[in-house]
Amino acid sequence: MPFIPHTDDDVGKMLAEIGAESVEDLFDEIPGELRIKSLDRVPEAVSEMEIARLMQDRSRMDAGALNFIGAGAYEHHVPAAVWEIATRGEFYTAYTPYQAEASQGTLQLIYEYQTMMTGLTGMEVSNASLYDGASALAEACLMAVRANRASKSRRILVAGALHPMYRQVAEVICAAQEIEFIDLPFCPEGGHSASQALDEYSGEDLTAVIVQQPNFFGVLEEVDAISDWARAQKALTIAVVNPTSLALLTPPGEWGAHGADIVCGEGQPLGIPLSSGGPYFGFLTTRLALVRQMPGRLVGRTVDLDGKRGFTLTLQAREQHIRRSKATSNICTNQGLMVTAATIYMSLLGAEGLARVAATAHRRTGELCAALCDLPGVERVFNRPFFHEVVVRLDRPIAPLLDMLAEQGVFGGLDLTASHPQLGNALLLCATETKSEADIVRYRDLLAEIIGQERAA
Amino acid sequence: MSDKLIFEHSRRGRRASAQAPLTPAVNDLPEKFLRRSPPLLPEVSELQTVRHYTRLSQKNFSIDTHFYPLGSCTMKYNPRACNQLAMLPGFLSRHPLGPESHGQGFMSCMYELQEMLKAVTGMKEVSLTPMAGAQGEFAGVAMIRAYHRSRNDKDRSEILVPDAAHGTNPATATMCGYSMREIPTGKNGDVDIEALKAVVGPQTAGIMLTNPSTVGVFDRGIQEMSRIVHSAGGLLYYDGANLNAILGKVAPGDMGFDVIHMNLHKTFSTPHGGGGPGSGAVGVGDRLKEFLPLPVVGKDGDRYRWLTEADFPKSIGRLSAFMGNAGVLLRAYVYMRLLGRDGMQRVSENAALGANYLMKKLQDAGFELAYPERRASHEFIVTLKKEKNELGVTAMDFAKCLLDHGYHAPTTYFPLLVPECLLIEPTESEAKEDLDGFVAAMIAIREQAKADPEIVKGAPYTMPVRRLDDVRAARHLDLRWQPGAQN
Repeated sequence: MPFIPHTDDDVGKMLAEIGAESVEDLFDEIPGELRIKSLDRVPEAVSEMEIARLMQDRSRMDAGALNFIGAGAYEHHVPAAVWEIATRGEFYTAYTPYQAEASQGTLQLIYEYQTMMTGLTGMEVSNASLYDGASALAEACLMAVRANRASKSRRILVAGALHPMYRQVAEVICAAQEIEFIDLPFCPEGGHSASQALDEYSGEDLTAVIVQQPNFFGVLEEVDAISDWARAQKALTIAVVNPTSLALLTPPGEWGAHGADIVCGEGQPLGIPLSSGGPYFGFLTTRLALVRQMPGRLVGRTVDLDGKRGFTLTLQAREQHIRRSKATSNICTNQGLMVTAATIYMSLLGAEGLARVAATAHRRTGELCAALCDLPGVERVFNRPFFHEVVVRLDRPIAPLLDMLAEQGVFGGLDLTASHPQLGNALLLCATETKSEADIVRYRDLLAEIIGQERAA
Repeated sequence: MSDKLIFEHSRRGRRASAQAPLTPAVNDLPEKFLRRSPPLLPEVSELQTVRHYTRLSQKNFSIDTHFYPLGSCTMKYNPRACNQLAMLPGFLSRHPLGPESHGQGFMSCMYELQEMLKAVTGMKEVSLTPMAGAQGEFAGVAMIRAYHRSRNDKDRSEILVPDAAHGTNPATATMCGYSMREIPTGKNGDVDIEALKAVVGPQTAGIMLTNPSTVGVFDRGIQEMSRIVHSAGGLLYYDGANLNAILGKVAPGDMGFDVIHMNLHKTFSTPHGGGGPGSGAVGVGDRLKEFLPLPVVGKDGDRYRWLTEADFPKSIGRLSAFMGNAGVLLRAYVYMRLLGRDGMQRVSENAALGANYLMKKLQDAGFELAYPERRASHEFIVTLKKEKNELGVTAMDFAKCLLDHGYHAPTTYFPLLVPECLLIEPTESEAKEDLDGFVAAMIAIREQAKADPEIVKGAPYTMPVRRLDDVRAARHLDLRWQPGAQN
């Protein structure tokens, strides 16, 4: 019996103490007709050795590709120490730190994490995490509606090219709250938010403006102008940012004259493996003045009976287990272990290491873009500065090319044909610091070969 | 043991330089986009980082180090194989938007996990995407809303929730645009059926129930509740927090539930990680199939593929950028395969055995049970109101004192309707001698309280810190370290 310690003797003694004849008696309050008759559809048990073999075989089926896809999940080097420490049983198998005295490790770590995230984003407070970047944006929208009491409209402008999945998740999670999302077009030449599109809404009652930096296309937005414009409309600025980029780029807290109001994003680049999309973690930071509208857990520093420094969950009156139907969110379990890994990652990298990761990824993407645009029929789509993603257009359909590349073990980027048909045969590319010059050459040569064969055919 | 923050180990110019790329970085971005000063991150060596976080970990109680009978949380053993096999390189390196042709290994696990979850819950379809129990609840209630709207039944405005429910239930109802009405729990621990009848009506969208309930008993009125709510046109939501107690014994689908969420981090033993990640997979009956959140894994012949909006045009949509907590799902898959068909039932049998044994031992030792005439499910409630009245020590004092005895505290002050309560869930993976040790500790604490209650009220004494000043934490908010801050 896997994972059950009782011997037959134990079971006998325990039943005798209970006063039951058999284990079955313990279920005698359950109406008989409700009892499961058969579990035939569940397979028989396998041993650890057998499941290990199966999983190794299956993981090998998915392994080995040279990946140039980003689009919200980025392949970075994860230092060995990150998961060696994060999967220590004391972190891995602890519960949410409600019993503070027996959870000082997790609590202090979250306090350090909060400090790091406020530093990266240039804000004053950070929560202890949300599920992922997309759901963090949804929570940021709900928070903005609570926080912007001057606005009655519940209208949120979406500037330019926001990640389409983030857009959809925000819509789904806010669906019952009568929030209206208004999508503004992006500039066809630059790929950034067109300022004329914003100007059309000048003077109107807006609750918030969402801007992603870098945006879905990797393009840098004019965030100073956008956040200043939002401020002038009495709308809150919701910044969606990539944490790696913040080692280089202006933090949202310093955008424009006043800074962004709510900052959120995907924490995955900070030491979390790609792992088919999760678990990752969402982060959310804000101004101190808005802390009581914030969703999710917060750790505060305090003192114990002897005056010694200690850490505890605080402002819990915002949360569902206290406030119930009036809570700021229904979130309970968050992504604690991912935050543990990210905190270790940020400690190992430091500001300089993270800046080198960011700058190297930027450089590699530029090299990749230049290499591919050397090929006939490949051109860059937008003329604006980018971070570590770039859009290229090809003179032929993308999907068959990606299939052929995948057959050769290269994931050649994300096909934008369906999500952004106005761009034509467009491909979103990403190269991080994990890609060498040789990797880029390999991709270029393979693509050249495929294009050449098609021309010949 | 060092009590410093990582920032207090920092020295300007110190690096863990093996971790930064060596390639000369070129930065050609325009000046106006660049940050003017580096972010506040520590400058520490690799060893300092490893030592600091190793030492921090040692300040935690965890399942791997301590008995952790936290009611409603199912703190059972998290098999190491589940972690190791979910972290195989092929799984970790797979990009979520990679082609299906290079994801068949992962997708086959997800498909089989969906099938196994359907089998043990009696539901017709499963979506694995919700990232925690609360997001599963959101998905479930959003599906209930979509169902009523699809039938043009738009006046249903209320979700019913028992007063003993988890806080996430009412919070979820609000997020989904419903008002929440509480149903009282009867004296015997079951939901008060007459009270339910009185409030069910054409405004009822549905009811959210946990069964076994949060008071630690199987609600015997479940079939009648199902009839009452369904005949009024409402739907039944099953909060799977306590599925461990009936795994392989009773299927929520057979109890009449239309939609359920499963906390894979409870019943299927994925780790709690100090507060997540969890996973709140949802299962639905026929009424709600077409509204499932996406993506779902489908199978054509021997190929697995993502089912999307094209397959489910009425889906409530997506809840995460990709497909939820994939790595958690892999762990749950491995766990279910290790247990197999018979192992499912052994989980609930031994969880019930441990809980009923511990309940009886504590009752014999003179502790008062909240529902002494009932069987425990996989958990039960002790009420310490007598100890509070006679000795002046509270459930919180017992909880803190238990830490000094080497036991994590049970859940305290939940559910809210039982005064001075401890909700105790030993799980199937704790040995009899550990349960006996817990009883001995409870007795010792009571004896101590009789001799000198102040000692109990001052606990804990052996933890890294003594009792913390929560009021100060809330009134003098200190949520981040700042250079130059005091101590």
